[in-house]
Amino acid sequence: MTAGAAPPRLALRGISKRYGSLIADDRIDLKVAAGEIHALLGENGAGKSTLMKVVYGVTQPDEGSIEWEGRAVAIRSPAQARRLGIGMVFQHFSLFETLTVAENISLALDEHLRPVALAARINEVSQRYGLPIDPQRLIHGMSVGERQRVEIVRCLLQSPRLLIMDEPTSVLTPQAVRALFETLRRLAAEGVSILYISHKLEEIRELCDVATVLRNGRVSGTAIPREQTNASLARMMVGGDLKDCKLQPRDPGPIQLELTNLSLGSEDPFGTVLRKINLRVRSGEIVGIAGVSGNGQKELLAAISGERLCAQHGAVRLCGQDAARLNPARRRRLGLRFVPEERLGRGAVPGMHLADNCVLTGATAGLVRHGLVCSRAARAFARATIAEFAVKCDGELAAAESLSGGNLQKFIVGREIRLVPTVMLVARPTWGLDVGASLMIRQALIDLRDAGAAVLVISEELDELFAICDRLAVLARGRMSATTPTAELAPETLGVWMTGEFTAAAPAAGVDHAAV
Amino acid sequence: MNIEVWVTIAASAVGAATPLMFAALGELVTERAGVLNLGVEGMMLVGAMSGFAVGVASGSLLLGYLAAAGAGVLIALLFAVLTLSLQANQVATGLALTLFGVGFSAFAGRGFVGIPIQRLPPLRVPLLTELPVIGPLLFHYDPLVYLSIALCALIAWTLRRTRVGLRLRAVGEAPAIAYALGEPATRIRYLAVLFGGAMSGIAGAYLSTSLTPMWVEGMTAGRGWIALALVVFGTWKPWRVLGGAYLFGTVTVLQLYAQGLGVHVPSEFLSMLPYAATIVVLVVICRDPKTILLNQPAWLGRSFHPGY
Amino acid sequence: MLPFDRGPWPLRLERRSKPSAAMRMASSPLAALAMLATGLLVFGILGKDPAAAFKVFFIEPVSSIYGVGELLLKATPLMLCALGLAVCYRANVWNIGAEGQLTVGAISGGGIGLFYGAALGSWAPPVMLAAGVLGGMAWAAIPALLRSRFHTSEIFVSLMLVYIGQLLLSYLVHGPWRDPAGQNFPQSQPLVDSALLPPLLDGARVNAGFIIALVLAAVSWWFGTATAAGYRMRVGGLAPAAASYAGISERLNIWLALMISGGAAGLAGVCEVAGPIGMLQPVVSPGYGFAAIIVAFLGRLHPLGVVLASLLMSALYLGGESAQMELQLPASVSGLFQGALLFFLLAAELFIGYRLRRVRSSSP
Repeated sequence: MTAGAAPPRLALRGISKRYGSLIADDRIDLKVAAGEIHALLGENGAGKSTLMKVVYGVTQPDEGSIEWEGRAVAIRSPAQARRLGIGMVFQHFSLFETLTVAENISLALDEHLRPVALAARINEVSQRYGLPIDPQRLIHGMSVGERQRVEIVRCLLQSPRLLIMDEPTSVLTPQAVRALFETLRRLAAEGVSILYISHKLEEIRELCDVATVLRNGRVSGTAIPREQTNASLARMMVGGDLKDCKLQPRDPGPIQLELTNLSLGSEDPFGTVLRKINLRVRSGEIVGIAGVSGNGQKELLAAISGERLCAQHGAVRLCGQDAARLNPARRRRLGLRFVPEERLGRGAVPGMHLADNCVLTGATAGLVRHGLVCSRAARAFARATIAEFAVKCDGELAAAESLSGGNLQKFIVGREIRLVPTVMLVARPTWGLDVGASLMIRQALIDLRDAGAAVLVISEELDELFAICDRLAVLARGRMSATTPTAELAPETLGVWMTGEFTAAAPAAGVDHAAV
Repeated sequence: MNIEVWVTIAASAVGAATPLMFAALGELVTERAGVLNLGVEGMMLVGAMSGFAVGVASGSLLLGYLAAAGAGVLIALLFAVLTLSLQANQVATGLALTLFGVGFSAFAGRGFVGIPIQRLPPLRVPLLTELPVIGPLLFHYDPLVYLSIALCALIAWTLRRTRVGLRLRAVGEAPAIAYALGEPATRIRYLAVLFGGAMSGIAGAYLSTSLTPMWVEGMTAGRGWIALALVVFGTWKPWRVLGGAYLFGTVTVLQLYAQGLGVHVPSEFLSMLPYAATIVVLVVICRDPKTILLNQPAWLGRSFHPGY
Repeated sequence: MLPFDRGPWPLRLERRSKPSAAMRMASSPLAALAMLATGLLVFGILGKDPAAAFKVFFIEPVSSIYGVGELLLKATPLMLCALGLAVCYRANVWNIGAEGQLTVGAISGGGIGLFYGAALGSWAPPVMLAAGVLGGMAWAAIPALLRSRFHTSEIFVSLMLVYIGQLLLSYLVHGPWRDPAGQNFPQSQPLVDSALLPPLLDGARVNAGFIIALVLAAVSWWFGTATAAGYRMRVGGLAPAAASYAGISERLNIWLALMISGGAAGLAGVCEVAGPIGMLQPVVSPGYGFAAIIVAFLGRLHPLGVVLASLLMSALYLGGESAQMELQLPASVSGLFQGALLFFLLAAELFIGYRLRRVRSSSP
C-alpha cells in the first residue's frame, strides 16, 4: 500500500506482554493504514488475542508504545479505546442474552439516545451495510449469524475508524462469509481501517490487503496475501511445511453406532429440538457431522453419550444393542468413548491431577475395583498416556489446569483412545489448538479408525472434516442430512446444506447418498 | 367474625411485612447486579442494634435509622471487599457475614437489652384516617411502611426503564462483557452491595424501633433468610417481592391471632408457619428449572476480576 | 475497585499460574493468628490488660484434667458436625442446617433414652446413638429430597428446618415430655444412668463421643481418598459438568452428602443429651451446628484439619466462658471471634490463587 504523508491509523511499536513466566507477545510491531484491510495471521496460541486485548484496552502492555493517527496514546480501558475510534467485534460474542438488540446497542453507546431515535439509527446502519436485524428482539434465541450482525451494527454506530474483527468466520456458513466480506469491503472503501484476525488462509488471501504474521508471540513476517500462496503463508505461520494426514481408503465393517428416527426435545428453553435423526457409523470409518453450533450439536452429543436418555427404544443402538435407556457409564461398558467439546471442567476436572482424571472415564476399565479406587493402576495409566501422546506436563500428578489447551486435549483424546473404544465420539477435536497438536490428534483419530473403531466427529471446521472423514453429513436446525462420501462432496454443497436445504437421511438401510 | 379483628390482623400483617420488604428489595438490587449476599440476617441484626442504640442515646429515631443504614453499609462493605476485590467465595463469605453480624450485634448491643424506646407514631391524614375500615387499613401506618412501597415502585421503574437500571442488569448478566463495553462493573457491583446493606440495616432498625420496640440478641429470628427466599419467590421482580412480603407478613401475624380466631394448635407449631411457608414457596418456584433459568441473573454468585 | 490493577499503587494483584500449596497450608494458621491479634486488640479496647486476658481466655481453662476434659468434650460435637459438613461441602452441597439436624438427633436419641432407657439396660447407649443418627438423617432427608426432586436450594431448606426443629424441641419439653416432677421447668426427666455415656477419665466429663469422633475422622479420610463413592462426590463438587460427563449421578451425591452430614450432626446431638446435659431441655446446643461450619472451613474440609480446628474452636468456647466469669466479658465475645476468624480465613484464601507483585512503572 502506498504510504502517503499521512501517518498510519494505528502503529504498535515493540509491544510485549507477559503472564507470569509465559511470554504472550514479544516486541511486536504493527502498522495499519487508513482504509486498509490488514490481516493478523497466526495459529492458535500465537499471541493474536493478547495483542488485541492490548489494542482494545482490556489489558496493558508491559513494554512498547501505541500511536493513534500519529499521536502517542495509552489505552487504559475499552471505553477509552472506543472514544479514540476503535471498535471490536469479538470472537465469542459479547452480547447480553436477556436484553434486546436495542438495549445491547444502547449500552455500548456513550451518548444516551431515546428508544425511538436509537431504533431509527439502528435501522439506518443496518440497511446501509446490508446487516438485517430487528431492534426489539431478545438476543437469546438468535442464530449465530444474526448475533454477529448485531455485534457489527453495534460497532458501526460508534463510527469507528478502526474495526477489529476477531476470527469472525469461524461460526459462519460459506454464504454468510461472502456477505460479511461485502460489508467489510464497503467499510474499507469509506476509509475505515480493518484489522482482521484469523488463521484461515483462503479468506485472508481473498479479502486482505496486508498481512502481519505472528508465530510464538513474535512477528515472523509481513506479506501481501494476494501475492502469496496458501503454502507460503502457512510456512510463515508455522515455520515449516504443513504435513497433511492421508486417509487410506478402507472397507468399513459392521455397524457399531446406529441412530434411528431419533427425536429429542431440549432441556434449554432456547435449545434446538432434534427431529428424526438417522445415522449409521461402521467399524473402520470416520463419519463427520458439519454444522455451526446452535443447530442441535449439544443435544445430539448428549443423546449419543447417554447424558440424555431417549424414550423410544431402539433410537440409539451401540454395538448392536439397544442403548437408548442406558446412562453414560453403561454405554462406556458397551464400548463407547467420548471426547467432549469443553476440555477443562468437563473432559477433565481442573483441580484434580492427571492420574485421578483417568479414573473419570476409566472406572469401567479396571481403575475402580470393588468400590475402591486403584490409585496405582490410575497412575500407571496416566504415565502411559502422557508418554504415548507426548503430553507436556509435570508428570502424572500435575493438576489438569496446569496443562496448556493443546496438551490437555492430547491427554483427553489419548485417555479415551487408550481405553480401546469400539465407538469413538469426538466433538470439536482441534478447536483452539496449535497446528502441532491438531495434526497429532487428527492422526491419532485416523490410526484409531485404521485399528477398526467406528469414529464420529462433530465439528465446525470444514477443513478438518474434509481432511479426516470418510463420509460427511450436516446437522442443521435439528435435522440431519444423509451422509455422502467426502471424495464426492464439494464445500459449496456442504454450505448449502448447512442452511437447512437438504433431503434428510431416511431410516431404511441402503440410502447412503444424498439427493440434493 | 368481627370486621375490626380482620382489619387489625391486616394492619399487623403490613407492619410485619415492612422489614421483609426493605431487606428483600435491597437484596434484589444486589442480586440483579450478580452478587449473592447471604449475610442479610447479620446485616439486619447489626442495623437493628445500631438503630436502637443510637435512637435511645440520641432520642431521635431519624438519627437511629441513619445510623442503622450506615452500619449496614459498613458491614456490607466488608463483604464487598472480600468478594469483589479479594475474590472470596460469595456463599461462604455471606455465611461468615451472618455469623459475624449475629455475634457482633449481640456483643455491642449488650448494654441496651431491656431499655424501652418510643416508637414512630403512625401517620394521621386528616379525614382519610377517620374513614371506617379503609382508614385504619390504608392510612394509619408509620412513614416507613409507605416508604417501603415507594421504594418498591422506584426500584421497579429504575430497573426497567432507566439507563442506570440497564447498566445494573447488564453487569448482573455478564460483568466481563459489561467491562469490555466500558462499564465500571466492579464499582456497580460495590454500589449494589452497599445499597443492599443500607436497606437491610433499615429493615433491622424498623424491627427494633417500631415493630417490637426493644433490642434482644438474635431478634430477627430468621427474617433475613426469609427475605432472601422472597427474592427467589418473586423471581427477582420488585412487585412480586412486595406480594410475597405481604403474604409472609400475614402468615407471621396469624400465630398471634390464632387463638382469637378459634384455632387450637400449640403455639410452637404456629410459630413454625413462616419457616414452613418459606420452604413451600421455594419448592413451588424452583420446581420447574426453566423458571430459574429464565429469571435468575446469569452471573449470580460468580466472581469477576477485570482483565482476565 | 481497590486499584490493584492499575494506578499509582506499587503492588499489583496477579493470578498465580498454579494455586500455591504453601498458602493452602498456611492460610488457616495465619487466619488464627490474625484473629488472635484482633482479640488482643479488642481486650485492650474493653479496658482489660491483654496479657492477663489472654491467660484467662486460653491458658487457664486447660490447666487442669477437668479443663482438658472440657476442651475435648466441647470439641466432640464440633468435630462430629464438621466432619460431616466437610464431606458435604466438598460435594458442593451447602448444608447450613446442621444445628437443626443436631437438635432432631437429640430429640430422637434422647426420646429413646427417656422412654426405653430403663428397658434397654446396657443396650441403651448404642440404640440411642443409632436413633440419633437416624433422626439427623431424617431431618436432612428433607433438603435432600427437595433439592434432588424439586431443585430447591438446600441452603434455605436446611436453615428453615433449624428453626422448625428447635420449635419442635421446645414444644416437647414444654408439653408432652415435660418432667411432671420438675416444678414446671421446661425440661424432661433426667435420663437413667444406663442411658448415659460414661466419662472416659475420672475428674473429667469427656465421654466416648470423643473417641467416636476420632474414629469418624479416620473413616472420613479413608472414604474421601480410597473409595469410588468418595471420588464421585469429589468430582461432583469440583466440576458438575465433568461429573455428568462421567455418568456420575448428581442425585446420589446429594443424598449421600446430606445423609452423611445429617447423620453426623444427629450423632452430635444425641451425644450431648446422653453426655453432659443428661436430659432434654429447650436448648441443647450453643450454636455448635453453626460453629461447625466455621470449623469445616478452618480445617480446609480435610479430616485432619477439622480435628485440629475443632480443638481451636472448642478453646474459643471455653475461653469465652472463662472470660465471662473472670473478666466480666459478655458471652457473645466468642461469637464475635468466631465470625472474625472466618472472615480472616476467607481473606487469607485470596493468596492461594493470587499473589501481590511489585510493579515497575514502565507502562506509558
